[in-house]
Formats: sequence, structure tokens, C-alpha cells
Amino acid sequence: MGLVEKLVRKCRARSPWILLFDTGACNACDIEIAACLTPRYDVERFGVLAKGSPRHADILVITGPVTRQVRDRLIRIYEQMPEPKYVVAAGTCATSGGVYWGCYNTYPSLDSVIPVHAYVSGCPVKPEAILRAISVLVEKIEKGEA
Amino acid sequence: MNFEVPIGPQHPIHVEPLMLRLKVEGELIVDADVDVSYIHRGIEKALELRPYIQGLYLVERICGICNAAQSLCYCLNVEQLLGKEAPPRARYLRIVVEELSRIHSHLLWLGHYLHTLGFETLFMYFWRDRERVMDMLELITGNRVTTAYNTIGGVRRDLPPGAEQKLRRTLDYIEERVRYYEKVIDSEPTILARTQRVGILKPGDAVRMGVTGPHLRASGIKHDVRLDDPYSGHDEIPFNVITWDTCDCYARVKVRLRETSECVNMIRYALDHMPSGDYRLKIPPFFKAPPGESLSRVEAPRGELVHYSISDGGDRPYRYRVRTPTLANLLSVVEMLRSRGDYEVYIADVPAILGGIDPCICCSARILITDEAKKRRMITTLDDIIRFSRGRRVERR
Repeated sequence: MGLVEKLVRKCRARSPWILLFDTGACNACDIEIAACLTPRYDVERFGVLAKGSPRHADILVITGPVTRQVRDRLIRIYEQMPEPKYVVAAGTCATSGGVYWGCYNTYPSLDSVIPVHAYVSGCPVKPEAILRAISVLVEKIEKGEA
Repeated sequence: MNFEVPIGPQHPIHVEPLMLRLKVEGELIVDADVDVSYIHRGIEKALELRPYIQGLYLVERICGICNAAQSLCYCLNVEQLLGKEAPPRARYLRIVVEELSRIHSHLLWLGHYLHTLGFETLFMYFWRDRERVMDMLELITGNRVTTAYNTIGGVRRDLPPGAEQKLRRTLDYIEERVRYYEKVIDSEPTILARTQRVGILKPGDAVRMGVTGPHLRASGIKHDVRLDDPYSGHDEIPFNVITWDTCDCYARVKVRLRETSECVNMIRYALDHMPSGDYRLKIPPFFKAPPGESLSRVEAPRGELVHYSISDGGDRPYRYRVRTPTLANLLSVVEMLRSRGDYEVYIADVPAILGGIDPCICCSARILITDEAKKRRMITTLDDIIRFSRGRRVERR
């Protein structure tokens, strides 16, 4: 690994910008992720910023089961993100369908639609769990494993 | 020049996928169209496939923010089918949790709304104070957001020891903060300029479009399910219905702020007059409901929530219908976004107007519109639709 690549990797791990996208969640995971950005949990100390555009983001945080209607949009957003890109499945629904398992309009899990790098369990996810997921992912990015 | 601006489904104003199509002439919006179908998951159908007790967990996840109201409405509905009523202590405990989650929802909305107006500092303040409420919800129910507190026949657990003092301390804190926020909002020219005379909805229009909740009360109409059709002990707890007659986005902020302090008083009253006794009826987890239909109404943080169910005597509902407040309120967004006469709407007002109704799209996307393309309306009976969709149910059994 060259020096430049090492430096780039280190810098990348210091500013993981996230894009939050709801693919059919009940809003509970969304507000818990939003709570991460606010004073009590303050995820900004790890360099995390929530962004409005997929073109600015490094990490795509997905909440909720993927519905049929939103699937194409999700793939489009994923393709719009610049490389390298990471995907976090936040919550039981994104991981395995959750309570919506067997609903006619949802896909069984997020990884059947796009590749996923980290799973966070919980219904809804706790802010602490999201902090941990992000720090583990950042560590992996720094080491070049993710 | 006339052209169309699509906003969404992924956009920074709102996390949830919502498609807004705006027809604009220069900066002026002349027409709007809303599409909420991106989150359709098929919950009503899924409820028909699950026993009543399992349905409870699904109903809570219709909307994560107003989950206490959703599960309360479901429990009232099923209790009505069974002909049973929760004991008095359970009814008061339900009110405590319902009003706490209303405080949490209103603070969340106020913070988020000011964030969409570009007021980042107050967003952080509101959410910091909201964490205190979340702590209380966690203390009483065991979880921060999806509380799973209400159950068929009562509530799942009693108040833990020491919770009352902590709750009272939090309520004092919230009351003081709300007073402070009211002062800030009234004296901050940026907020006033972006909300006053923006998104006007006249009382007549509001009633015509079936708007509910704080959004309706901000148009000056005194309507609240807790007052008009009291449920679960609300007839014993006094409170003021807050209305505001300027009918704009500023009114919506004021109504929700004042309602927060009303909630504080209601919880205090409920704690002072808490009845003793059992907190739940013994109902077996799996049961068959007698045939019949029932309807229950609850004032959710966003407005009137209606659940309707039909039972055919089985262990799961024959048909379950949920009508959520946001769906009722979304129609008015289109009306408010349309410029007419001397009422002008600009693109910059869109976040203020859309945010003003407290949109919660996840509740709304449960409508199936049949056959739009051919301009033909299909009329099918309820039984036909159910027979048509039963295939899956057989397969699962």
C-alpha cells in the first residue's frame, strides 16, 4: 500500500458523510438516526454529516423493508453515489424484513436489492447501536477491509 | 413560461419518500400534485393474515412516531369486539404514555420544522429537550420509540417505583422550556417572516377537505376527539382545546407549542388522580372474536386516527381498515400550494407549507388506487377483494 493511498484512506475514515433514505420504514428508525445527529449522541464528533444529495455521500443508511415502488429509486440513488460507497442496513426491517415479512409489496431484505456492508439490529435501532455500527465501519474503511 | 418541477422521492426536506410535482410560472406555483405511494407495504392485508395479538405489533409499526396512539386505537377496537373494557388504572396509564408521546412528537416536529426553515440552533435545542421525554418513555415502557405498552385488555406493566418523581421533574423542565421557546419564536424575525401569512388554509376549506388535528385547530376550528368523543378516560381529565385563528404556518407552530404544555398538565392530573387496582385484564394470547364490526377513534399527535374492523368469528380480523391523519391533511397541501388571486406561493415556501402539516408519509401510503390509466372505475365488493386476496392466506396456512 502506497503512502498516498494510506493517507487517502485515513482522510476518508475521518469524514464519512451519510445519506439517510427511507425505503418503507415506520419512521421510528429515521427519528432515531436523526437523534444521533443531535446534542445527546452527537455523531458529528466522528466527522459524520447528514447530506441531502447522494452525490455528496459516502455511506447510504437505509431504513425499512424495500417496497416494490421504491426499489428502482433506491438502485438509482445507489448508482448516483461516488465510489467508494458503503451501505448500512439500519433496523430489523432492512436486515430481514422484520414485522413486514410476508407482505405482498416488500422485498425480504435489503441485500437482495443492493450490496450491504453493515447490519444494525433493533426495532427501532438504538442511537448507541448506530454509533457503534458507524465506528466499526469507519475502522474497517481505515484498514481497507470494507 | 410554464414548466413542471419534480421534488422527490429522495429530497432533503423530508426523509420519507414523497413525490411532489409542482407546476410553476417563474417563481410562482400554480398547481401541485402529491404522490405518497412509495411506502406502500400492504399492512391492512397483512393484518388479515395475523392473529389479533400479532396484529398489535404490526399496528405499532404503521407509524413509529405515533405508535402509542396506533396501538391504543387497535386495543380499543379489539376490546370493543370482545365486549370488554380496560380497568381504570390501565386507562390512566394509557393516557400518561399517550400524552408523553404527544409531547415527544410535537417537540420532534417543532425542531424538524425549524430545521427546514433553516434555524439549526433551535432544532438542536428542541431535540435535546426531547431526549428527556424519551428517557421517561424508556423508564415507563422499556423502549424509547416503539413502546409496546398498550395491550389488549390494559397495559403491559405498572409504573416502576420512583418513576412518578422523575416524571414530575421532567414535566416541570419541559413546561419551563416550552415557555422559553414561545418567547423565542415570537421575537425571532426570521421565523415570523417565513411562517406568517404563508400557507393559508381558511376554516371553510379545512372542513371541506376533512383536515384533522392540530392542523385543523390552527385554522380556528375547535375539534378534538379527546373532547368530542372521549375514549379511555379522557372524559375525566380536563384540558383546553388550543385553537389559533390566523390559519397560517405560524398558527400551526403556536398550536403545537401550546398543546405541549396542555399535555404536561394532563399527565400531572393523571398522576394526581391515578386509580389503584389492576392494570390489565387477563385475556388469553390467542382468542376468537365474536362476529361483528367495530370502529374506534383516537386523537393521534397528527390528528384523528380511525380504525375499523370486521370480524367473522375467527382468530384474525376479516377486514381491517386504518385511516390516518396525514392522509386527510395531505389534500390540503395541494390547496395551500396553489396560487390564486392575491394569495401567492413561491418555491421557497414549499418546505414551510409541506412541513406545516407534520407529514408522516409512512402512515399514509396504504391506499390502493385501481385503474387510473384507462379512466375506468372498477367497482368490486369487499368480499370480492378479500376472496381475490385470500390465495396468499391459504398458502401460509
